[in-house]
Amino acid sequence: MGRRTAIVGVGQTNHRSKIPECNGQELIAIAVRQALDSAGLMIKDIDAVVVGNMDHFESINYVDMWSVLGFAGYMKPVLKVTTGGTTGSAVGHAGFYHAASGLFDVVLAVGWEQNSESDTTAAIVTHCEPLIERDFYGGAIGGLASQYSAYMDRYGATEEDAALVSVRDRRNAALYNPYAHLRKTITVEDVMSSPYIAYPLRLLHMCPRSDGACAVIFAGEEKAKKITDRPAWVWGVGSSHGATYLGDAIAIPGLPSLEKASRDAYRMAGITNPFKQIDVAELYLPAASAGVAWMESMGFCEEGGGPKFIKSGVTNMEGELPINPSGGVIATNCIGATGLIRIGEAALQVMGKAEKRQVPGAKVALATGFGGCLWSDVTILGSKPRLD
Amino acid sequence: MERVAIIGVAQTKYQRNSPSSHDEMAFEVAQKALEDAGVSIEDIDNTVTCTNDFWDGRTISCMTITDASGSSKVPTTNVEGDGTLGVLMGLMRILSGHFETTLVVAQSKGSVGIPGLITNAIFDPLYERILGLDAINSAALQARMYMFKYGITEEQCARVSVKNHKNAKNNPYAQLPLDITVKDVLKSRMLADPIKLLDTSPVSDGACAVILSRESATRKISRRPIWIKGVGHCSDTYHLGDRDLSDVSALKSAAKRAYDMAGISNPWKEISLAEVYDAFSYMELMWMEGLGFCDRGGGGALMDSGFTEMGGSLPVNPSGGVLSAHPVLAAGLARIAEAVLQLRGEAGARQVAGAKVALAHGIEGACGQGHCLFVLGS
Amino acid sequence: MTVELGDTGSRIHQSRIRLKYNWWLGNVGSRFYRELRDRCKICGIKCPQCQVVYIPPKENCPKCFCQMKDWVELGNTGTLITYTVVRYPLPSIQPQKPPFALGIILLDGAHTGLPHLLGEIDLEKIKIGMRVQAIFREIREGNLLDIKYFKPLEE
Repeated sequence: MGRRTAIVGVGQTNHRSKIPECNGQELIAIAVRQALDSAGLMIKDIDAVVVGNMDHFESINYVDMWSVLGFAGYMKPVLKVTTGGTTGSAVGHAGFYHAASGLFDVVLAVGWEQNSESDTTAAIVTHCEPLIERDFYGGAIGGLASQYSAYMDRYGATEEDAALVSVRDRRNAALYNPYAHLRKTITVEDVMSSPYIAYPLRLLHMCPRSDGACAVIFAGEEKAKKITDRPAWVWGVGSSHGATYLGDAIAIPGLPSLEKASRDAYRMAGITNPFKQIDVAELYLPAASAGVAWMESMGFCEEGGGPKFIKSGVTNMEGELPINPSGGVIATNCIGATGLIRIGEAALQVMGKAEKRQVPGAKVALATGFGGCLWSDVTILGSKPRLD
Repeated sequence: MERVAIIGVAQTKYQRNSPSSHDEMAFEVAQKALEDAGVSIEDIDNTVTCTNDFWDGRTISCMTITDASGSSKVPTTNVEGDGTLGVLMGLMRILSGHFETTLVVAQSKGSVGIPGLITNAIFDPLYERILGLDAINSAALQARMYMFKYGITEEQCARVSVKNHKNAKNNPYAQLPLDITVKDVLKSRMLADPIKLLDTSPVSDGACAVILSRESATRKISRRPIWIKGVGHCSDTYHLGDRDLSDVSALKSAAKRAYDMAGISNPWKEISLAEVYDAFSYMELMWMEGLGFCDRGGGGALMDSGFTEMGGSLPVNPSGGVLSAHPVLAAGLARIAEAVLQLRGEAGARQVAGAKVALAHGIEGACGQGHCLFVLGS
Repeated sequence: MTVELGDTGSRIHQSRIRLKYNWWLGNVGSRFYRELRDRCKICGIKCPQCQVVYIPPKENCPKCFCQMKDWVELGNTGTLITYTVVRYPLPSIQPQKPPFALGIILLDGAHTGLPHLLGEIDLEKIKIGMRVQAIFREIREGNLLDIKYFKPLEE
């Protein structure tokens, strides 16, 4: 009845605003090769593939079929999962379910996006319901801005609090992560003097648009132990798609879908004190404000405690719960890959393979995905098969 | 593989220009599938939706049916592919041990867009799209190659269309129940040689829902559970010219996996009926070969023999198949729904007597690049 | 704006999605189209493991995943392995007004087919196995239609 599953390999591209040397399938191949190499596997060892991106960014229909050139998918089982911004993490979860089901032993999960190929915001606007919302809604930013505005009003958070999140993540990317897209440090002053995109969010509160791909290899327990002596075991997964209409989702400060998904994942993993038991977190923060307003949704602090939590420094690399050693989404956002990169980065941490961005002794990692109508995915990985 | 059953199914009536919106269709089938299973939405612990951003004209198209499919209350995911792949996802989620009962909902409205533009986007923007390739003319390239290689005739393809439209007369959900002859098909408007209008599936709107349940959770349901005995999926390569379009290796590979799981070694003898994805008439002949009902190139002769007719040894598409209704994404799920009705003995006028083992088949991409096959049993 | 849908009693809301796209060709794709545009050369790429010459060229073998680097200059002639005559109009995607012929051509020296247009040809007399040759445009832009079409080879 289901089996324990682990991540055994991770690969990603050097994410950039554009990567002219490759077409999309070749981009995928770079990440896939790296993942295979990291696990000591060949493409013939892969039993099934699950792939994801957001269609309208590259205008390719049935991407599962197109993508086979990225991993020699000839005669392989392939399918596509897509759920908006959470696509990457949904792909990761799908890879997990493929392997956990026992139907496939070694499963390749691929997330990718070439946002440079189109007008990202225009494409995102097409997610709005055509009859009621589309003609006046402004892309992804509007929802996030309204949310933080409500959080500031209720709890006294400030734009500077959010700026601290940008500063932290950008610093991590610059110092520790060669794969990140944006690799220059910034200061709070830089953030506060950048122009407003949508009040209260400024340019430097926001994520970039990036091109990139990520590949993560899942394996069932028996195979995982043979492939590597340090797999990243999947302890818990949670997913919540709470709303269909943006108006239903935005009104509430905090992120209810993240709260629900975290609770489910913690329960599955046996985690009862997230702040103490989690060693490192890779969070999908599409805007720095989320790094303030959503901390309580994962049980890291009390309600309204976001600003204090961030200002304490506990989430910096030297702190008790480092967040986004990779630089997170503020440093890199190739949308279809982003959620999967969080899972991949979390896996590298507990596998001890995170190189310069390694949090010493990390044994339990949390990864989140965000997108769609303010939806969330949560994944918990551990260096042992189980918590106890 | 642990025992997982399909305990509820529902379909909308398929039609062009349905006055129902995407979410209304999804809600209709979700409700009806729950009723069919004799369970309530509270018994569903996870869902899988199948929507496609191109067909719906909307990024994150799954958002449209989040509420309608019961996906806002429980963990959910969206497979952007044929409904058969959605059921596979739903099955894996149960087999993982983390869920008990999955509701799978697939929908699309072919009427809302321009199908040729939507299917043109399947092709490589760098090397193929500029030629104006779409589902119909690419199928024509495949049909021509297949027919040339094996001596299949246009009449044999037409017979598929005659059979399936006639079968559709027994199916209250079908869009195109028709009494036509081979001559009617041959005389119908040529779209792209050799594919004529009556060799082609229609533009359809529709939705389908299916509920899967782990064996231990099937005790309280109202209908006879239909068991998933085997499943397989597989893809050919992508560029049209890199493929042998007359080849059915991807289907053979998917079928082998499904048959092995189900313990089937002589499909033409052990299977009671098959619901296959006949987007075009010639495809049914190719898929017969890929499923092992006859040797390579034997599809035409098999059609001529009556083996696959209602009343034959192995009726294919008693529902009328995709030629009679083609709601993209839902069409593969409908094959599963129809197979379930057959195995329950609830298929009314289209019932295949004594049905015990059925196949349900879906395809993905251009010219059946991908295939997914289920073996179901009572 | 919404309009009545016939006499169904339903209304429909009409709009379009207009998005522009620029797809990266990558190094391999760029070279293929440069050769086409600048030298009227059609090139394939060979997998060192499978020994298969692919056209269009790509960086990774579709079957064994080997990285491919051996460029092979193909001739302009080949054999037609399948075809169709498109008879329905879809002006926004079709390169020609119907009826027009599409085929897959196995170029001499390649192991995979190239889909393309057929021209200067009697639409009712196309046969699989016909020998054809590429006709290039005078003014080329670096896309697949730098080849105008393939026409029957004069023997």
